[in-house]
Amino acid sequence: MIQTLAFYLFAALVIASAVMVIMARNPVHSVLWLILAFFNAAGLMVLVGAEFIAALLVIVYVGAVAVLFLFVVMMLDIDFAELRAGFVKNFPLGIIIALILAAELIFGIGAYQAGRIELGVASGATSPILDASNTASIGAVLFSDYLFLFEAAGLVLLIAMIGAIVLTHRKRPGGRGQQNITKQVRRNPNEATVMKQPIVGEGVEL
Amino acid sequence: MTEFFQSLGMNYEWAWFVATIAGILLIALPLMLSVAMIIYVDRKVWAAINLRRGPNVVGPFGLLQSFADGLKVFLQETIIPSAANKGIFLLAPILTFTVALAAWAVVPFSATAVLADINIGLLYILAISSLSVYGVVMSGWASNSKYPFFSAMRAAAQMISYEVSIGFILVCVVLFAGTFNLNDIVRSQQGFGLGIVNAYVIHPLLFPMWVMFFISSLAETQRVPFDLTEAESELVAGYQTEYSSMSFALFWLGEYANILLMCILNALLFWGGWLPPIDWAPLYYVPGIVWLLLKTFFFFFMFSWVMATVPRYRYDQLMRLGWKVFLPISLGFVVVISGYLMATGHFG
Repeated sequence: MIQTLAFYLFAALVIASAVMVIMARNPVHSVLWLILAFFNAAGLMVLVGAEFIAALLVIVYVGAVAVLFLFVVMMLDIDFAELRAGFVKNFPLGIIIALILAAELIFGIGAYQAGRIELGVASGATSPILDASNTASIGAVLFSDYLFLFEAAGLVLLIAMIGAIVLTHRKRPGGRGQQNITKQVRRNPNEATVMKQPIVGEGVEL
Repeated sequence: MTEFFQSLGMNYEWAWFVATIAGILLIALPLMLSVAMIIYVDRKVWAAINLRRGPNVVGPFGLLQSFADGLKVFLQETIIPSAANKGIFLLAPILTFTVALAAWAVVPFSATAVLADINIGLLYILAISSLSVYGVVMSGWASNSKYPFFSAMRAAAQMISYEVSIGFILVCVVLFAGTFNLNDIVRSQQGFGLGIVNAYVIHPLLFPMWVMFFISSLAETQRVPFDLTEAESELVAGYQTEYSSMSFALFWLGEYANILLMCILNALLFWGGWLPPIDWAPLYYVPGIVWLLLKTFFFFFMFSWVMATVPRYRYDQLMRLGWKVFLPISLGFVVVISGYLMATGHFG
């Protein structure tokens, strides 16, 4: 009973906030609605008993990715008049994308009702682990059966990260912004300051 | 507590419901009270370190100072800047406050006194504390004013940076405990140090982790020396510049609830939580919550101590410390600790 209520609450909120993502006029509002959608999707995950995935969804997407998203969108200087001016020009493209999405949806529902595809027979090697928490079960599968895929995914992410750094990093000519931290830390009063006893009326000559 | 309400003649669902509401009130109301008192403690500690007297006028020893401040703030007019984005402007303090309270749901105050004893307690706290950045970012943007916006940008960058290293530090603790459940993490610390000391921090591999966790929790709660988001000499009051009255008070309460949460996490994860410091039978007659609150209070004292003595970091120093010092060291420790635990046969 309460699960059904919770499901409809989360599902309705996910759909409503997803609609608001594209309906909101202000891009910052869009991102905030997107965050609400992520959060409610995490709620749905909890309902199916995947609390580990739910926690990861909140930590990774809501806590990190969406913050960076919000960061960028807030800094953008968006001219709304200019955005609307491109509407007629982009209208055919929008129609094409909408048609493709509709076709995919129809195919998806049709394929689902036609029965599932036989890509291979399950070997049955990974029987569900009973009496283990969510975290332990995922760990047991991830670091045994899917170790190669897991490591490959990690490698892909590493390459993407290095690529992003290489593409955006540029060495500035000149000394600006170059600091030697150890030198700064090791500075002491003896070498940084000079004590003078100025004579009244004459001042100091450094 | 569900059994207690069942014994009053309720069926299980109602008893559970009433017990949960009662549990929430039992955590939230004392928490609000302790936030009010801890603000007083904070001001007294700064005063003592600065050789001042601190609040000493309202009530005996100034004990009622926070309540007077609260009443003053409550009676003020709520001002909303005309250029502000009204909805988000009002939502931001509420979000900050709600998130600050929500994280307390999984904190174990003693072996049985925990509202939600869930398997992923630590991940839940990490998830909820990663949400607290939104209150700051939303208020900074919605104020439509320069200084709050600078503050919001700084807060977003700072909290993401330090969350990464906090995540790795928590992984080290989880490796030792073998669970994300906070109560089990506390239990696994019993007799950890040579069968005598009930604390993870005694381990030579975990002590540096605790030091980094303490510094990261200063950065995560935007306390001195990492208070760049509300640096009053540069940004007036940071993201809360445009706020007044109750919306300002909500930021204030949320901030201190977060600080207390970080103090209690220090106690739970590294200092044995509700266990007595030494594994000696007579000490177990003292209720667990007393030990936990004593440890929490000690860490809060350290927070105040740091605030009164350390000057503020520069922004580039903050980023350097997060990404170039803490991140590589904590990542290295994850590897070293996993290797150590494998070598010593910890995993069985």
